[in-house]
Amino acid sequence: MSDLMKVSSNPHIRSKATTSGIMGAVCVALLPATAFGVYNFGLHALLLILVTVASTVLTEFVYEKLMKKRVTVTDLSAMVTGLLLALNLPPAAPLWIGVIGGVFAILVVKMLFGGLGQNFMNPALGARCFLLISFTSIMTNFDCDAYTGATPLAALKAGESVNVMDMIIGRTSGTIGETSMIAIVIGACILILLDVIDLRIPGTYIVTFVIFITLFGGRGFDTAFISAQLAGGGLMLGAFFMATDYVTRPITKNGQYLFGIFLGIMTGIFRLFGPGAEGVSYAIILGNLLVPLIEKMTVPKAFGKGGERV
Amino acid sequence: MAKLTFTGGIHPYDGKDLSKDKPMKAVLPKGDLVYPMSQHIGAPAVPIVQKGDRVLTGQKIAEAGGFVSAPIYATVSGTVKAIEPRRIVTGDSVMSIVVENDGLYEEVEYGPVKPLEELTKEEIIGLVREAGVVGMGGAGFPTHVKLSPKEPEKIEYVIANCAECEPYLTSDYRRMVEEPEKLVDGLKIILRLFDNAKGILAVEDNKPDCIQILKKLTANEPDITVKALQTKYPQGSERQLIYAATGRAINSSMLPADAGCIVDNVDTVVAIQQAVREGKPLMHRIVTVTGDAINDPRNFIVRIGTNYHELVEEAGGFKSDPVKIVSGGPMMGFALFGLDVPTTKTSSALLCMTKDEVAEYEPGPCIKCGKCSEVCPGRVLPNKLAVFAEHGDDEQFLKYNGMECCECGCCSFICPAKRPLTQMIKSMRKIQLAKRKK
Repeated sequence: MSDLMKVSSNPHIRSKATTSGIMGAVCVALLPATAFGVYNFGLHALLLILVTVASTVLTEFVYEKLMKKRVTVTDLSAMVTGLLLALNLPPAAPLWIGVIGGVFAILVVKMLFGGLGQNFMNPALGARCFLLISFTSIMTNFDCDAYTGATPLAALKAGESVNVMDMIIGRTSGTIGETSMIAIVIGACILILLDVIDLRIPGTYIVTFVIFITLFGGRGFDTAFISAQLAGGGLMLGAFFMATDYVTRPITKNGQYLFGIFLGIMTGIFRLFGPGAEGVSYAIILGNLLVPLIEKMTVPKAFGKGGERV
Repeated sequence: MAKLTFTGGIHPYDGKDLSKDKPMKAVLPKGDLVYPMSQHIGAPAVPIVQKGDRVLTGQKIAEAGGFVSAPIYATVSGTVKAIEPRRIVTGDSVMSIVVENDGLYEEVEYGPVKPLEELTKEEIIGLVREAGVVGMGGAGFPTHVKLSPKEPEKIEYVIANCAECEPYLTSDYRRMVEEPEKLVDGLKIILRLFDNAKGILAVEDNKPDCIQILKKLTANEPDITVKALQTKYPQGSERQLIYAATGRAINSSMLPADAGCIVDNVDTVVAIQQAVREGKPLMHRIVTVTGDAINDPRNFIVRIGTNYHELVEEAGGFKSDPVKIVSGGPMMGFALFGLDVPTTKTSSALLCMTKDEVAEYEPGPCIKCGKCSEVCPGRVLPNKLAVFAEHGDDEQFLKYNGMECCECGCCSFICPAKRPLTQMIKSMRKIQLAKRKK
């Protein structure tokens, strides 16, 4: 019985796609926004990014070592979380904010719920909201060496005029990675070309949001207002990089449309009627919580049962 | 016009260049031939010879064991050496007739054949049944049963499945290039059974030469059209093929006949042609012996029952040690413990690979990327079904259309976390089918 061959059930070939490959692609796609953030806000922003990423990766590593589990930091998902969280921090935030946020994102939101694939909330956003509630003054202080005063979105809400061109390029205050619409869209294009994400969620999200603020923004179809709303705050970063997070978005196609519509409406409500100027993070987190329900409502029809034409 | 295809599917490396230009070559077996009594779906065949009997090429050695069953014929002359359980490609032990080949290839006299025009429909189906023809694409469903639907007048399309979407396989391709007239003739014979049917030759568009040849051959056949389908796995899967060719969709609890269709694979149509035109039983099939471990990949005309060892030798042996050997294609074939198994009516290929891509990866947690449901031709949610299968949750598995899975393997192929989705779903489906029988 020496020369028995290996057997396994079909199929016997595998595609080249891997989890770490996908996560790596997301990191690469975040590079334009990261680079612009560092260019825009200076060295401290870079330090904050590095510390936050180190914090998420180390937390995962140490947790898995302590729990005697397989170490999974090589799947790069912790790195994505760290990078996303850092891009959502104010540029002048102290480094310990990044450390605490990183630990919270990985330990509380991700690992305690079972690790990659099991978290019901986007870890980076969960951590950001935790920081926003716990350290409100630090997290809402966008003054830094380069800029002082209100973020464009806050200025817009206060009724002041804003320079839309600056907002699209990103020469404004805000969190490290959210200011440059161009850099974010370049990254999104990379992800779309690599077939990592598609436009279903970001598209419906943005379109719904535009419709909502047109109807209820009190300015009608005011293109300057709408473009400022689109370019300002975390909408672009949220729509392309957070709402599309595989683990915490619906897996069904129709569910993804519903999810996008929900996010658009919630973001509109928070931005127009809430106390703050921003609402993307909370909208996405609320959406995350609805995912199991949305998926249950949108189970696709099978081939031969009406689902063949999609 | 939109391309003829279906939603979902994948584009794996097709490996067909290894063997596609190698003409079919007949192989004469040297060693014993083994005829398992189950080479088809349905009741096993029943041996009608005994140990020590001398048999001739083309002699019936086992009778059909019921309506859904098929007889089996000797493919060499020699002596019945044993009737005993033997290992087959699936790893199962199946009662088999072993014939010691005397190397003389003495053949029986085949009965006189009536011209097609004089044959009644019943006689044609009778000839197919007697010849032991079964679906040679892999499933092995007895062809005479397929040709006898409840309401033959409702059949509108007879589709010859010329897709050959499995990577590496080139046996159907060679048949279409070298003997296309047999294929067209076979299709015409089937069309005689169904008064209201049109014939479709459904070919994937990665075989433009076949499309051209078949179009030329059928230029004067108003009832037969050649349809070029988009090249995509699993285009040759029966349900997806019917959908692409006719726009009709059937689910797992329906038969092609419910959509007015009869589907037969290339080699099956040719077997029908030989049974009706020449009165010859099913004795040969084309087997592609290929893979990067094989010295000289080839397409062989194989006498059914020939040991796989001999086919590897005919193909020049191994150029490097194979790590995995698969009977059939890489997507739906069976991995073999060893080469000491016989070819059967459904053996389309022997694929010898120098690496086992499955073992190279450690499965990780599902990241819910949704690629599996994107590629699933059955339009189900493989990641969820796999979880239900893992948890043994019958109710949810059925509710989420687990039985609509055709086990094509697309989800396992595409999964970036390398999860064995098809495998888990397949096991659960087996359990459900067994429960149904109770």
